[in-house]
Amino acid sequence: MTLMAGKRSFRDLNAEIRAALETENCVRVENVNGQRYMGAGLSKGKRLEIYGTPGNDMAAYLDGGALEVFGNGQEAIGNTMGGGSVTVHGHVGDTLGYAMRDGEIFVEKRAGSRAGIHMKEFEAMQPVVVIGGIVGAFLGEYMAGGTLIVLGLENEYDQPVVGAHCATGMHGGRIFIRGAFPTENVSEHISVLEPNEKDRADLERHVRVYCERFGKDFDAIMREPFHKLVPTTSRPYANLYTPN
Amino acid sequence: MLQREGQVRIPSGCAIAAVTDRSGARFSGMDIIDCIALMHDRSNGLGGGFAAYGIYPEYRDLFAFHIFYDDNDARIKTEEFLFRHFDIETFEQIPTRKVKSIHQAPLIWRYFGVVPQSKIKKNDFDEEEYTARCVIRINNSIPGAFVFSSGKNMGAFKAVGYPEDVGEYYMLDEYKAHTWTAHGRFPTNTPGWWGGAHPFTLLDWSIVHNGEISSYDANRRYIEQFGYKCNLQTDTEVITYLFDLLVRRQGLTLETAAKILAAPEWDAIDRMPEAEREIYTALRVVYASALINGPFSILVGSKHGLLALNDRLKLRSLITAEKGTKTFFASEESAIRVICPEPEKIMAVEGGTPIFIPFAEVQD
Repeated sequence: MTLMAGKRSFRDLNAEIRAALETENCVRVENVNGQRYMGAGLSKGKRLEIYGTPGNDMAAYLDGGALEVFGNGQEAIGNTMGGGSVTVHGHVGDTLGYAMRDGEIFVEKRAGSRAGIHMKEFEAMQPVVVIGGIVGAFLGEYMAGGTLIVLGLENEYDQPVVGAHCATGMHGGRIFIRGAFPTENVSEHISVLEPNEKDRADLERHVRVYCERFGKDFDAIMREPFHKLVPTTSRPYANLYTPN
Repeated sequence: MLQREGQVRIPSGCAIAAVTDRSGARFSGMDIIDCIALMHDRSNGLGGGFAAYGIYPEYRDLFAFHIFYDDNDARIKTEEFLFRHFDIETFEQIPTRKVKSIHQAPLIWRYFGVVPQSKIKKNDFDEEEYTARCVIRINNSIPGAFVFSSGKNMGAFKAVGYPEDVGEYYMLDEYKAHTWTAHGRFPTNTPGWWGGAHPFTLLDWSIVHNGEISSYDANRRYIEQFGYKCNLQTDTEVITYLFDLLVRRQGLTLETAAKILAAPEWDAIDRMPEAEREIYTALRVVYASALINGPFSILVGSKHGLLALNDRLKLRSLITAEKGTKTFFASEESAIRVICPEPEKIMAVEGGTPIFIPFAEVQD
């Protein structure tokens, strides 16, 4: 089923999408112009295809469903999502995967600032974000778990692969960055390591999915070395106010 | 008298937007209205406004004063002051349309005038300083009068309401400008009043702002030493005066002013080559009280051009795009795409990194 969004309010549009998904497993929405909360809470087995520019908090609280965007996304995609899959054939704005708890996000091109802010993981819940382009400031801010991968492809305006204050307050999870990046942009309390064998296997698995979704050359991407960023402490601010 | 905002903080959601044509070609307010209208949900109907540059080419050398009056008494007192201090060439009520959602309007007038030569000779300062002092004087000493626009060949239009309704109210589709900025407001702690809507202006400066300034009181104490009066109790006002002080009165460039307001962090300064390090160290030391802290994205119009600036920690979204000779800014990408579906370039404005589009000569 195909719906037209136009300039309708997000309330009307999302109500219509939810009604359509009662009976259909896949709904396509065209001419989207900044409507918020699209696909919020979408459950397993349901799929939403979006053409245009979906608004903020797309895929918030995603609950196992799948979203595919043919266009660029805005802020806070996958806010607190608990599972499912988001694919964006374009770039995205700030706070991608905000407090994401499980599931996967694949972005073909760049992401704005604070991608992966406060991502977390718990036992079998292991969220993954793969960003094909570069990222803005504060990548992985307060990150508590999960995996962030930055490939640095298509750097069209010749910006640093990762912006300033990368991994500020990070205390869990792991960030992989492909190729050279400005190490002065990485915060204190972060170790920059060579990926180990398990890391390599995980990376290859996720990059392969990225390449399948966006038609990219896997071997060419993997030829470039990756670095792994992990926190040196799980409590970076333990001594900030009251030294123990 | 219209209720002015009280002594409370105003955290804001807000939307900002701008379109400028660096060739100087002028276009109607339809696009900027469509752009800001798409971000309707970022405001709550308690303030909307626009600034337009190049709208009064027939009076390009005259100061254009847009003034709100609570009543005719305020108007008579203000006109008595204006006619004494300026040679007013023409004046009229600003034409408005009836719009259902816009009510409790003040009286809204505009005046075009020049500073008499005798006044400049007598006072030993230039016409801009003279005019700025007159504006500050009216706003502080005539109850019920508020000058909300005072530049040349530009004008601010603002009201309590959603921005798209404010645009319709002021008939901005009938004006032509080479540069438009817009604001949709989301004040949460106060009723909002007409003068408290953005843009905030002085002379040709206009500021629309999304965010809040946690350093407001430090900035206010600093700027009031130079004769400015911050009595609107809204944080954006202080940014307007900082630009006026740094650029008009002290002769710094807009880019330098931007680097004072959103100064590089000390870590970044430490990594600079020596000459640059010395300059930025000096700027941070001399202008420590002009540093703006807190989340903000601002669009600053002036006779020099249009400046976009984000706070250093990039706490507000702001997107810029280009197509031909036009440059676009908006809080959300979708708001740009709705008026420019296929931009040649589109990217985020990075924290603390000003983007400046100088103005060309205005084409009539």
